[in-house]
Amino acid sequence: MRRVESECSLTVNGVEHAVSGLHPGESLLDALRERCGLRGSKGACEEGECGSCTVLVDGQAVCSCLTLAASVSGCSIVTVEGVGSSGAADLQEAFLRAGAVQCGFCTPGLIVAADALLSRNPHPSLDEVREGLAGNLCRCTGYGRIVEAVLDTAGQRRSQR
Amino acid sequence: MGLRLSYVTVLIPENLAELREASESPDVILLAGGTDLMVSVNHRSRRIGSDATVISLARVPELRSWSHNPASGELVIGGGITWSQLERPPFDSLAPALAQAARTVGSPQIRNAGTIGGNIATASPAGDGLPVLLALGAVVDILGSAGQRSSSLADLLTGPKRTTLAPGEVIVSVRVTETAGWQGYAKIGVRNAMVISVAGVAMVLDGAARKATIALGSVGPTVLLAAEASARLSTEFDWDAWSCSESTIVSVGEMAAAEARPIDDHRSTAEYRRHGVRVLTSRLLKRGIDRR
Repeated sequence: MRRVESECSLTVNGVEHAVSGLHPGESLLDALRERCGLRGSKGACEEGECGSCTVLVDGQAVCSCLTLAASVSGCSIVTVEGVGSSGAADLQEAFLRAGAVQCGFCTPGLIVAADALLSRNPHPSLDEVREGLAGNLCRCTGYGRIVEAVLDTAGQRRSQR
Repeated sequence: MGLRLSYVTVLIPENLAELREASESPDVILLAGGTDLMVSVNHRSRRIGSDATVISLARVPELRSWSHNPASGELVIGGGITWSQLERPPFDSLAPALAQAARTVGSPQIRNAGTIGGNIATASPAGDGLPVLLALGAVVDILGSAGQRSSSLADLLTGPKRTTLAPGEVIVSVRVTETAGWQGYAKIGVRNAMVISVAGVAMVLDGAARKATIALGSVGPTVLLAAEASARLSTEFDWDAWSCSESTIVSVGEMAAAEARPIDDHRSTAEYRRHGVRVLTSRLLKRGIDRR
């Protein structure tokens, strides 16, 4: 049985981070930003509502604000800093091309959520993209271009195959 | 003068024996998907004390497994099975209403983390899995320091966020039986994602037993069985022709609404919730007749 107290190791984007001084109840989001120096994942609602903190834990998109940091010691964590080198650079470029970035605060969470959606469903319909991104809020309300960027990425990947 | 830093102990058991050993620690906090617990921790409405032991349930294989017995139709769902799993095969065909409820929970991120065991243990009257489990007559298998016990879901849920679970008791699995016929779940909320339901209805039309069961969510201190509406529908439904009269569709909706015990709160009014139950019940019955 694994036992974690104030110190643990987090594997983020393939790199091991030794983390110490964890507070009781410290979220993965806080550990990533404050201890691992990875500030791509954003914190806003801290209740799973906005999706701006989305990361992959063992390949599954989850809200890092609702993940107890100590509980994912030993898991593979991928943040927005890591998705580009693990195959989603085209998705990031499609966001730029479509103008899907306005203030940019929601973008990291959306990139990770969209990456997870396309891994699970490489050919999503418009409705499937909307449902797949339903956990990510964009307060600039630029959803049209975001959806367009995801569909465009799916189409590009299909034509390259 | 020493500065006492407060740290927390997190235990990550990797099998049921380790889990049972861990659950004997004092001041245990069980962590399933974290989608309820971490919200209260982040918003400081719940504090994890420095003497607490948090037990992560995520890596106990027995909680992450499921089984189906085709002969008896029994489906055993591990407490750690997530909503994402429940909305996909094989659960979408073995327990379609549960899959429909799963799809209405939160967002993909929430469904990847949140578990059915967590939904039961949290025991919110708005828990989306609970009306379906109640309508299916679910039995919950529980592990504690005193050993294993089982309880019907109806007996386990005693009030809003209240259960018969003792500290450290873990929901290992929940058992339901496949039904012939049709089953469905529908809810009302302010949008299609990330909503706590304002009213929810589960309906099971069991063609083999010729029995209809209607359960209601978010309209009482716990999820409720609409017993009178269920009995009326069981009698008036033409099980051979798989249909019922328009007046039955209307009256069963009205009866279910009368059996609801809703309150006014920040999410809705009692009156709207009751209206919602009436509309959802009649709507589900129409879907059931069309088997959509």
